[in-house]
Amino acid sequence: MKLRVYAIAYLIFLYAPIFLLPLFAFNQGTIIAFPLSGFTTEWFGELAKTKALHAAVQNSLFIALMTAVFSTLLGMCAARAGAMANFPGKRGIMGFVMLPLVLPEIIVAVSLLVILRQVLGVNLSNWTIIAAHVLICTPFCIAILNGAFQNLDPAMEEAALDLGESRWSAFRLVTLPLVMPGIISSMLIAFTISLDEFIIAFFLTGTNPTMPVYIWGLLRFPASLPVVMALGTLLVALSIILLTIAEILRRRGIAKAGGTDKGGFL
Amino acid sequence: MATRFSSEQKRTMGLLTAPFTYAILLLAVPLLAIVLFSFWTQDFMEVNTTFTLDNYREIAEKPIYFSLLQRSLFVSFCVTLVTVVLAYPVAYFVSFKVQPSRKSLWLFLITIPFWTSYLIRVFLWKVILGYNGVINSGLINLGIIEEPLTFILYNVNAVIITLAHAFAPFAILPIFVALEKIDRSLLEASQDLGESKLMTFLRVTLPLSMPGLVAAVLIVFIPTIGDYVTPELMGGAGGKLIANMIQVQFLQLNNAPLGAALAIVAMLSVTAISLFFVFLNRRWLRGRS
Amino acid sequence: MSALIQLTAVQKYYGDYHALRDINLTINEGEFFSLLGPSGCGKTTLLRTIAGFEGVSEGAVMIAGKDMSDVPPNLRPTNMVFQSYAIFPHLSVAENVAFGLRKSGMGKPEKAAAVKDALNMVGLDGYGDRAAHALSGGQRQRVALARALILKPKVLLLDEPLSALDKKMREHMQVELIRLQRAVGITFILVTHDQEEALVMSDRIAVMFEGEIGQLADPESLYRRPNSRRVAEFIGKMNFINGTASATDEGAKLLVPGLGKCTIPAEQFPQGVTTGDVAIGIRPETLAVLFEGDKAPRFEAEAVVDEVVYYGDMTYYDVRVAEVEKPLTIAMKNLIGRPVLDVGAKTRIAWDERSLVVF
Repeated sequence: MKLRVYAIAYLIFLYAPIFLLPLFAFNQGTIIAFPLSGFTTEWFGELAKTKALHAAVQNSLFIALMTAVFSTLLGMCAARAGAMANFPGKRGIMGFVMLPLVLPEIIVAVSLLVILRQVLGVNLSNWTIIAAHVLICTPFCIAILNGAFQNLDPAMEEAALDLGESRWSAFRLVTLPLVMPGIISSMLIAFTISLDEFIIAFFLTGTNPTMPVYIWGLLRFPASLPVVMALGTLLVALSIILLTIAEILRRRGIAKAGGTDKGGFL
Repeated sequence: MATRFSSEQKRTMGLLTAPFTYAILLLAVPLLAIVLFSFWTQDFMEVNTTFTLDNYREIAEKPIYFSLLQRSLFVSFCVTLVTVVLAYPVAYFVSFKVQPSRKSLWLFLITIPFWTSYLIRVFLWKVILGYNGVINSGLINLGIIEEPLTFILYNVNAVIITLAHAFAPFAILPIFVALEKIDRSLLEASQDLGESKLMTFLRVTLPLSMPGLVAAVLIVFIPTIGDYVTPELMGGAGGKLIANMIQVQFLQLNNAPLGAALAIVAMLSVTAISLFFVFLNRRWLRGRS
Repeated sequence: MSALIQLTAVQKYYGDYHALRDINLTINEGEFFSLLGPSGCGKTTLLRTIAGFEGVSEGAVMIAGKDMSDVPPNLRPTNMVFQSYAIFPHLSVAENVAFGLRKSGMGKPEKAAAVKDALNMVGLDGYGDRAAHALSGGQRQRVALARALILKPKVLLLDEPLSALDKKMREHMQVELIRLQRAVGITFILVTHDQEEALVMSDRIAVMFEGEIGQLADPESLYRRPNSRRVAEFIGKMNFINGTASATDEGAKLLVPGLGKCTIPAEQFPQGVTTGDVAIGIRPETLAVLFEGDKAPRFEAEAVVDEVVYYGDMTYYDVRVAEVEKPLTIAMKNLIGRPVLDVGAKTRIAWDERSLVVF
């Protein structure tokens, strides 16, 4: 019982900042502090008018979409390999691919900056960010897809082979439909991570900022803070919707493959 | 023997080629590049590629770098301690006290805040902890304090609170996974053999959940060293960390070699401490059995 | 009967592990053939080399006169019932059964008729629209059978198909599988670790140990004349007594300590007549406890009851006989009016030299 009270208190601690967002987003006052001073939707209107923000959002959406596609493709290769035969060195390779999960992001950021700018002389653009985001999102995709591929009975694909299908059509007709919920949920997670990522994007962003880089710029000007709150409210709502879809699909996928739910994304 | 590897092993290797090559090109090669850079120097706009230890000498000689590193490690240590200690009971609660059908709902609720805009979340802690913030105005309205508290913003404390919040799910999930793996009949066996609930926890549950605890420590301790957003927004003048210095060297002072050397020093320090921790933990576990 | 599957000098290595050792085997058309052995003996590996999921390291697999070494599983005239059944959970029962017909060139109505026939054959008529994940274990197995048999393979491979079912269902399915095999006339190859299942169902059985075939025979010969101690110990129960043998013209004279002397023909020495110290095998049901007034048809000996295990239809006695080092197990039917003896009771037992096997 005491534990339950503690766990609920902990959840409140986790959600405290997020509860504040809508309060200030709909607050008339321009200073982000209590007491509140009346209801307004002005800040959301402001959002709709800011051209620079729209460009940043477009950049971020493009980066997030590409990241989702490529990191999920890499994640599928690794997760499928993970569920197949072992060979000497496989664990090492898997561990190496998962390494960005524990690596400080600033290390990834500076090392990529050095190699791209100083060694290769590439101009920074959306694609340099995509390259970095794919690197850090792939471990998350692998973690999610591992669940999908390891719940799969290896005899399924063999049965399709045995019934006359080629290796590729066995994958297409049997494995792919069964892991599809995992694939979608992996893409949604990678999309969300990329959309929100700042530390690396700040280093690798070209002339067009991503949305977090743009927000970072706004945070220095007190006058623009209410707009940031409004933007934040929309982003939180969007994240929650995407994550809920991801979670529902993940559960449905497990149910479909006949497995039992073992909990969360990781 | 016809072949060294079976056809399935070969297909497995083929599948791993893509992610492995990608990680080599975008992780291993860049990491090697900054190692190389750290032994070079910046001459105004050009990089001087003569091998030298000057960057490391500068880091060793100027006290600012050492104190930044020391403060960073201290912050990472505190964040790890706070996060893991606060997270363990929650993970324990979800694993042992929550009905199986509701576990994934709890995990979902725990992970959601983690996925919402990091920058805005950090900024909101400023709103909570600030001079006119939620805590101060709340306490003043309740009559508990008369003057706003100032020790909770623009210093190391604020950085620790904010980072502990940001890394909460990273600590909970590995511990939860380790707790889930524990066969519940082991706990019954321990009580059947005469141990109290507390002693059962200390002698059975805790040692068996140790891998999750170690993973939680590493997954919080190592990445926190690389965060420059929270110290920048929350730390004030006295709360800046090594990551801020690395960022400044790369993006403002245009001294990539020194920045690279700082990054490597920071990386090596956390790795050394982590390995030492893992080693101590192994010794402790072995010492018990 | 003509040969359908021929394995010649098949060897299989996994790294340094020698999984199949020099397997030579011929399986006939229309035969119900079993691969029997303890887990890890290579029986599933052997089945999978026939199906094509595993290549052979050396040797050849021929099916219907064709070398299969370069033929992938999807092109082999074999179909398999997997241990887990591998019913595709995202498809309905009918879609599962029709899965292999995709490239058959059949029209829709033709396919539907074939699926209906196949489901009829396994006793699942009317189940076509059910979702696959809503089936019970026994039903899944029937779907797996229908799905494989609809393709009219030359060989049906069954990998421990009954191990996931409970005892009642297993016994029921054994009978059904035999009936099904007779009806379709296809060669069935069954992998099992359950010796009773193999004895009940098979025309011939290959007993495997550590990657090699220990004995290949029909069920009765296998049970009555096991060719080695490990086969004898794996199939059914067997008592072993140390004795001595001396060769004669037709066989040997045997001294069985505690039981007596007898003469047996050479055929009761599966590994050839040996002299000197021998191990003598006696099945529990070929011994008998003698009750008041019973007379032994051949030989008898004094014994003391050491342990009684009551099974309902049978009682198993462990009895001690002077000079025999280990207690002998005897299986007795619980006939009307026959008492169950208590531990410690003195009794006489009957034995028959015709049932001995000597190694």
